[in-house]
Amino acid sequence: MIRNLWNDLDGTFFPESALDYMPADRLREVQLQRLKAVTALAYERVALFRERMDAKGVKPGDVRTLDDVRLLPFAAKTDLRDTYPYGLFAVPMSEVVRLHASSGTTGKPIVVGYTAPDMEVWKQVIMRTLYAAGFSRGDVVQNMFGYGLFTGGLGLHDGIEGIGATVIPISGGNSERQIMVMKDFGVTAVSCTPSYFIHLIEVAGKLGIDFKRDLKVKRGVFGAEPWTDQMRQFIETASGIKAYDIYGLSEIIGPGVAAECGCQSGLHVFEDHFLVEIVDPKTLEPVPEGQEGELVITTLSKQAMPVIRYRTRDITAIEARPCACGRSIRRIRRISRRSDDMFIIRGVNVFPSQIETALLKTEASLPHYQIVLTRKSGLDRMEVRVEVTGEMLRDRLSEMEGLQRRFAHSIEQITSLHTDVILVQPGTIPRSEGKAKRVLDHRNDSV
Amino acid sequence: MKIRQISVFLENRPGRLSALCRTLAEAGINLSTLTLAETGEFGLLRLITPDPAKAQQVIEQAGYAATATEVVALQVPDRPGGLASVLQVLEAHGLSVEYMYAFAMRAGGDAVMVFRFDDMDRALTVLQAAGVSVSKSVDLFGA
Ligand SMILES: [Zn+2]
Repeated sequence: MIRNLWNDLDGTFFPESALDYMPADRLREVQLQRLKAVTALAYERVALFRERMDAKGVKPGDVRTLDDVRLLPFAAKTDLRDTYPYGLFAVPMSEVVRLHASSGTTGKPIVVGYTAPDMEVWKQVIMRTLYAAGFSRGDVVQNMFGYGLFTGGLGLHDGIEGIGATVIPISGGNSERQIMVMKDFGVTAVSCTPSYFIHLIEVAGKLGIDFKRDLKVKRGVFGAEPWTDQMRQFIETASGIKAYDIYGLSEIIGPGVAAECGCQSGLHVFEDHFLVEIVDPKTLEPVPEGQEGELVITTLSKQAMPVIRYRTRDITAIEARPCACGRSIRRIRRISRRSDDMFIIRGVNVFPSQIETALLKTEASLPHYQIVLTRKSGLDRMEVRVEVTGEMLRDRLSEMEGLQRRFAHSIEQITSLHTDVILVQPGTIPRSEGKAKRVLDHRNDSV
Repeated sequence: MKIRQISVFLENRPGRLSALCRTLAEAGINLSTLTLAETGEFGLLRLITPDPAKAQQVIEQAGYAATATEVVALQVPDRPGGLASVLQVLEAHGLSVEYMYAFAMRAGGDAVMVFRFDDMDRALTVLQAAGVSVSKSVDLFGA
């Protein structure tokens, strides 16, 4: 009977996925055992965790139930930055077999490390991710996540090989070549960011290639950025493939934290390796079950870089009701927004820091600015208001209009989005505590 | 001789101009003349005042973006074709006018106009050689 439940989509038995169906009480036991172990490891080996726990007066022995995770201090991205590069590592470098780094949006990158067993766990969770999305041996997978320091490309790569499928390690970029390979190599499945795939659908159209008629692609896993049901609908309708959401972050492991099953109604968290909590991003108190809040993750099996109560900034909710697929591991709702400033417009992720870079490229100093998002008849619009300074000011209207155009052009080069740049008087953008509110999102104010 | 003009960036919204004028009046700044050049969204207020340095300081302290530019004030004969005769001199020497506007006061029987050229120095030489009266700031503001 149970074995039927393990039949993922096309009726094949995948032993790796058996853990997805572990009885819930057994799963909680495994989690508690691992939570105790990882807390002890972090306390003994990582100064930052030890100092924070000491400051709170918490010892590893205080963790007796899963809820006791709430006794432990939080960690944030800034902690990885502040301890750059290896400050959070819990093993000597001789144990570390892989390093990855995320570029970050400003300043130094963050560095993450893996022991050989960490690499094995990573491969396993990616295999479970792919099986849940119906990938299997025989698939030809075009992996368009970036290879290199980014965890996306190589993370998916090992898992694709792990399930015995054929991997094409093409990485991102060069859209026309992507389409050519997809067609000529008989690609049946893809992996990339949802916005890049939407871009590819457009490119294919321009090349006169019909996704449904000319290509064999049947399914894809998409992640590394928040996306919406509307984007999925567009992808599935325009290309005829099944689009599955996958979730992960480098600080935790990379891709492979959570993934959608055939039901496409939330992402199953690989709870035997990751303990998830949802907290109110302001109070940091747990929210009632099923309610939205910030996702907080504790790694349960990571050796090289265990992370306790990592604040992801991603907003979601835990879905505790059982999924029709039979998996016992719980789901989180699809992540479509983040608690920090990043926003998504027309399927493109935009960080205020990108706008800053664009403004800095145009003028030598960074003016005060504000991003205003509006929606008119279903179309999202981005407006960037820039305060004119004495240094920027020229005595000719044509020069000021030229400045406006240069700002818009520079923003478009970096974000590939058209922007309306509005020049405003100094001091007109409201500031709170000396810091301006960077993004005003009015898109849901009226329909 | 050249005089200093202060240009101020203004958003094209009701009340912006009067707010600036109030600021100047409160600081005791006399305006000799001013003009507003605008696009749909924003404008540049150009003003001439006896003490441009102080005016710029007051304007910037009030939170506006301002910049100083050199212009010349020319005495233009107040009769039909008076302006044309001045422009003809400039045209003959290939000098182009970026913008011009009328000064509020008159000098004798002449109108006074403020000019900005792309080549200020050459324009001055040419105009003086052609006998066009270039106002000195003392003439404009009184000794
Ligand atoms: Zn499911």
